[in-house]
Amino acid sequence: MFVAAFMVPASAQDTLPPAPYAYKQLDDPAKEKSAQDLMMTLRCLTCQSQSIADSDAPMAGDMRHQVRQRIEAGEDPEAIRAWLIERYGDWVSYEPQVTAMTWPLFAAPIVLLLIAALLLRKRFGRARAAGDKS
Amino acid sequence: MIAEIALALLWLAAALAVLQLGLGSYALTARGAEFLRAIRPIAVVQGLLVATAFALLIVLFLRTDLSVKLVAANSHSLKPIIYKVAGAWGNHEGSMLLWVTVMGLAGSFVALLERRLNERTMVATLAGQAFVSLGFYAFMLFSSNPFERLNPAPVEGNGLNPLLQDPGLAFHPPTLYIGYVGLSIAFSFAIGALVTRDVGPAFARAMRPWVMGAWIFLTLGITAGSWWAYYELGWGGWWFWDPVENASLMPWLAATALLHSVSVLATRNALKAWTVMLAVVAFSMSMVGTFLVRSGILTSVHAFAVDPERGSFILALLAIYIGGALALFGLRASTVTEGARFHLFSREGALVMNNVLLVGVLGIVLMGTLYPLVTEAFGTKVSVGPPYFNPVSAIFVFPMLIIMAAGPLMRWRSDNGRKLTNLMAAPALAAAAALALVVVFAGDINLLPLLGLVFAAGLAIASVLPLWKRNLRRTPAHIYGMVIAHLGIAVALAGMASESAFNTEKLVASEFGQSHKVGPWNIELQGVKPVAGANWTALEARLVARYGDSNVQTVLAPQSRMFSSPPTATNEAALLTRWNGQLYVVLGEEGEDGRWQLRLWWKPFVPLIWYGGLMIGLGGILALVGRTSRDRRRKDQPEFEPLAEPAEPTPAGGREALA
Repeated sequence: MFVAAFMVPASAQDTLPPAPYAYKQLDDPAKEKSAQDLMMTLRCLTCQSQSIADSDAPMAGDMRHQVRQRIEAGEDPEAIRAWLIERYGDWVSYEPQVTAMTWPLFAAPIVLLLIAALLLRKRFGRARAAGDKS
Repeated sequence: MIAEIALALLWLAAALAVLQLGLGSYALTARGAEFLRAIRPIAVVQGLLVATAFALLIVLFLRTDLSVKLVAANSHSLKPIIYKVAGAWGNHEGSMLLWVTVMGLAGSFVALLERRLNERTMVATLAGQAFVSLGFYAFMLFSSNPFERLNPAPVEGNGLNPLLQDPGLAFHPPTLYIGYVGLSIAFSFAIGALVTRDVGPAFARAMRPWVMGAWIFLTLGITAGSWWAYYELGWGGWWFWDPVENASLMPWLAATALLHSVSVLATRNALKAWTVMLAVVAFSMSMVGTFLVRSGILTSVHAFAVDPERGSFILALLAIYIGGALALFGLRASTVTEGARFHLFSREGALVMNNVLLVGVLGIVLMGTLYPLVTEAFGTKVSVGPPYFNPVSAIFVFPMLIIMAAGPLMRWRSDNGRKLTNLMAAPALAAAAALALVVVFAGDINLLPLLGLVFAAGLAIASVLPLWKRNLRRTPAHIYGMVIAHLGIAVALAGMASESAFNTEKLVASEFGQSHKVGPWNIELQGVKPVAGANWTALEARLVARYGDSNVQTVLAPQSRMFSSPPTATNEAALLTRWNGQLYVVLGEEGEDGRWQLRLWWKPFVPLIWYGGLMIGLGGILALVGRTSRDRRRKDQPEFEPLAEPAEPTPAGGREALA
């Protein structure tokens, strides 16, 4: 059964009729919202810089179906993301994970803030002394 | 024949640019002073020649002359006239020609109109401008000739990407290009002033209109692009943090910082080195933007060309310009004095802090845009999208909004904070009221949209406070410009926050006569019929919308279009705008059971995003007109206003302080 769940999307892309949840919302608004929030952060792999929540591509519809179905089944959104990353690679998620490869992305804001603080200090440390004299 | 004449004009213009650079540089030496007067006419003629070549390219597109390769590849005889014209720049070669055309014309304007700047600095500026243009001339003439012939000529052209066949998008790229080029003029001014060691208020005043003009065009271009994405892509998204969008956002961020810093330099003679540095950064960002879009390194709607040769050429240009400018800056940095001093807690101090924060956001956007390219080079593909950009840029943006609210209320040079504390009570109250309202009525919404709404309320009040107790008739236009632009930021922010907080979405498969509820609306599908346009056919739905209990019915007609050449399907959403939001409906496909897919959204206050963008642009225009006429009237006065008394608001120019 578990293996079957993995098999479905691959075949669904070509052979099956459009997945029912591609253009259909979940009945429970809370579940639909968490599905929507997740879909906004997943890349449509066959489109150009669009999330699966903003695309007409068949594959995006298929992935929406997958996400909604799994949310409906009570799966955690982050577990679904992890499953998709395992399947399609980091590329599929717009939310970069902290890894050996991506840590500079997360260091960047801290480094930028430090540089800004240093610059301001350098500039105004002296300026304050001069300003006090006048 | 036209194509050959145009190509000859282009070569001639390039030759004049060589002359402008060579003779201009010689004129700056001790022996060449007699040539100083020759440079302005050369710049004017160069601009006219390249503009004529561009006009001829448009003529070729209007005639659909298919023996020209570019026309055959991008046009079609059946295309509406406006898209034939727009086709001239909706491709790689044409857009490069547009770039040099705008640059040449801008050079002509500078040469004809700018009389206040020291003549040597002027000549150095024009030589710098020729230096930048030459790179693009070389690029075009050696590797992307727009006038190349095709033999034999095909019977019919390829057509233009239907997604781009939209009035908004026809003028979106030229708007951004004018912005980019305006920044290249600012860059040339910075180079000129560095060469002649003339960084001062006169230089800032000459540069300011170009920075403002560029910034206005970038603002409007980004606003239009976002609006286009919103209604044309058919999913109601208005900003995707797509690398191509970022490519236009980064120059805007740099230009915003430069705009404020150049004003401080013009009126206060402070921030000299910082202004020059920002001019270099701003132009670098427009080159990075051009590189990202033109090199085909990204695959996206905007990237028409996938050709590494072009990418390496632009990258080389980028390295030469930026490396050269930084080397020059390094050599001359010691001659650029720091300028007038000021306290951290002052209007200048607030501007500097916001400049630093803007550059911080710029750094984040640059990092997030380029980093996936870096990891891809190492064999790992990662995506950086909204979940990264939104919270990380918010770290910089929210403090910036507070400083932006307070800055215009502070005194130049040094502020004791007493008046500021009193005045800031009103915006703080507004923010608190907004917080209470949202928590009580909207309940559970995410942190960023909540902060956005609260800050928007505070900033909206704070941004009009500079007019408090002023004589409104005697208030100069640029103050109104600042107030409107800052208010526009608050308005746009409110729109963005509402869009992400209050959206309601409904996806349905509908039969005829069936009614659906989305937000306060009731929408009934009444029918679907085929319609046809000049180069497309479509299915058009007839939907009747009623708001709440009202009996007023509005008909909406979303289409799903099929373009014939090249064959592409697009969605034409139908929008219904009310004062409190926008209804967005899209027609999908027909299911096997004969039911039609409909996508319905109610987006409260979403149009504020673009109204805000327009206000920012309008504020820029007011400031530009006000500043320029003021500068012209005071041509003969001293270059900047010295301080009358320390720690007092200055009487003129920097009069924005509350009197």
